[in-house]
Amino acid sequence: MNESMQIAHPPTVSQARKHWPENEYARIPYWLYTDPDVFSQEMNRIFCGRSWSYVGLAAELPGPGNFLTTMIGNRSVIVCRNRDGELRAFANRCAHRGVKFCRQHLGTAKRFICPYHQWAYDLNGELKGVPFRAGVKGQGGMPEDFDLNAHGLQQLRVTEHNGVLFASFDRDVEDFTDYLGETNRTYFERVFDGRELTVLGYTRQLIPGNWKLMFENIKDPYHASLLHVFLVTFGLFRADQESQVKMDATGRHGLLISRRGEQQASEHTRDIANLRTDFKLRDPRLLDPVREFKDSATVVMQTIWPNLIVQQQSNTIAMRQIQPRDAGSFELSWTFFGYADDDEAMTRRRLRQANLMSASGLVSGDDSEIIKLAQDGLVPYPDDDAVLEMGGRDTHDEDHMVTETAIRAFYKYYREVMEV
Amino acid sequence: MSTADPALYRELEDLYARYAEALDDGPLDAWPECFAEECLYLIIPRENYERELPLAIMRCESRDMLKDRVTAVNETMVYEPRYLRHHVTNLRILNDMADEVEATANFSVIEVLPDGLPRILMCGRYRDRVRREADGAWRFTERVCVYDSTLVPNSIIYPV
Repeated sequence: MNESMQIAHPPTVSQARKHWPENEYARIPYWLYTDPDVFSQEMNRIFCGRSWSYVGLAAELPGPGNFLTTMIGNRSVIVCRNRDGELRAFANRCAHRGVKFCRQHLGTAKRFICPYHQWAYDLNGELKGVPFRAGVKGQGGMPEDFDLNAHGLQQLRVTEHNGVLFASFDRDVEDFTDYLGETNRTYFERVFDGRELTVLGYTRQLIPGNWKLMFENIKDPYHASLLHVFLVTFGLFRADQESQVKMDATGRHGLLISRRGEQQASEHTRDIANLRTDFKLRDPRLLDPVREFKDSATVVMQTIWPNLIVQQQSNTIAMRQIQPRDAGSFELSWTFFGYADDDEAMTRRRLRQANLMSASGLVSGDDSEIIKLAQDGLVPYPDDDAVLEMGGRDTHDEDHMVTETAIRAFYKYYREVMEV
Repeated sequence: MSTADPALYRELEDLYARYAEALDDGPLDAWPECFAEECLYLIIPRENYERELPLAIMRCESRDMLKDRVTAVNETMVYEPRYLRHHVTNLRILNDMADEVEATANFSVIEVLPDGLPRILMCGRYRDRVRREADGAWRFTERVCVYDSTLVPNSIIYPV
């Protein structure tokens, strides 16, 4: 080729030198949110690596043959109870030609049959039948040494902790309780104390932003006290209230804990432009919270690596499951629930308070909108950084919410897993 | 088969058109006025509705709660500006009992964001109860918006 004809193209993101100084958690480079190679590594190392992903609630699988499909990262997974009622999890991908054979969110089955060539699997994910295996009229068929046992569905580990189901692609992942760590386990068992759960319903959003922006949002109490008029005005979450930010030893899980305050301004709230002391609800039943947990916390937002947010804000309790689609979008899949022993008034309260937190949430709607604006803003600047210095540059627990420490801690662990 | 008289159809069509106009062209304050004081408004995914799961993404249990939602949209929520355009078809009167009517209609709502082309935000079916009130006007006592998709694109800010 004539060298003078060569055009010097600027490097692609994946070719560019991705500079991120070691031990730096107060600057987050934007290529992390845009690069398809980073996304693909995240799927392998984080979601399909040594982690426990939330996959559903035991209440969704009450008996033998019940199954659900969900996503771990961008991979479809089936969780079911076999004939003995034991939990099983396997990839929703036929061992023959890769077909995503199950298309129902929830259902009951005796076996799973791929529609393409009718390969049949039992409720343990083992291959039980291959049509024309012995050929037709003496012709064709599978080789004699074809072993059904070697062609089952890809198996995942699955575990249940007080009614909540987690699965892992990694056979060697640590036990779930060790994975959570003591502090996060204590708060997890605050909501999941062993009582039977009742599913109230689902809602799913497709959010045009990188999945990590969702985790950052829930690990960031700083924004909550400024952005959300509803939270600050009604004292549901505000910087002047007694609060804590806690992590596990690795930094991967996080807790924002706070206590409800009054609808009034003070010398500590002067920076909160969105505190509206004059705002009154015409129908106050929308916000009629009652205390239901033993401690004094009224809101605990727990983030569990790599795909779960446990939301307890007043009486609205929900799982928010993060299902990344690509570097620029994720599905946020919500499962709202209560307890089997809730009375009618409590169920009604939970349903009303879901107005705050859902796909059209008076509070969470602000977040999904901001996540889109963040992605829109950062995409053209992969080599620039976000600044995370509120509350310092370290990754320690704090007894206040004027901090971004939990986001920094998340990235500390992220860097270890991703080796970036 | 419906035996509803054409005049009733026209009156309901007028209510449905005014409802859509309030959301598409404003003022939004006109939206709660399409409802009776005691009313129920839900936006609920079809997967919940068909399994009889009660969770709705928007739930207003009175006209006052509808007004609170309007105040939130106008004053407290943070979102990109947008336009909606409602298309309501297949209006059918299921049960005509003098001053109280059960009706259903299909809806599709197109949304336009500042930097985007029009896209379908939501499609589904209205399941309504409509009553003629003392002033002669028809108003919703119940409007359940059952949307077909499991996913919604980002956030639902305005009612549908």
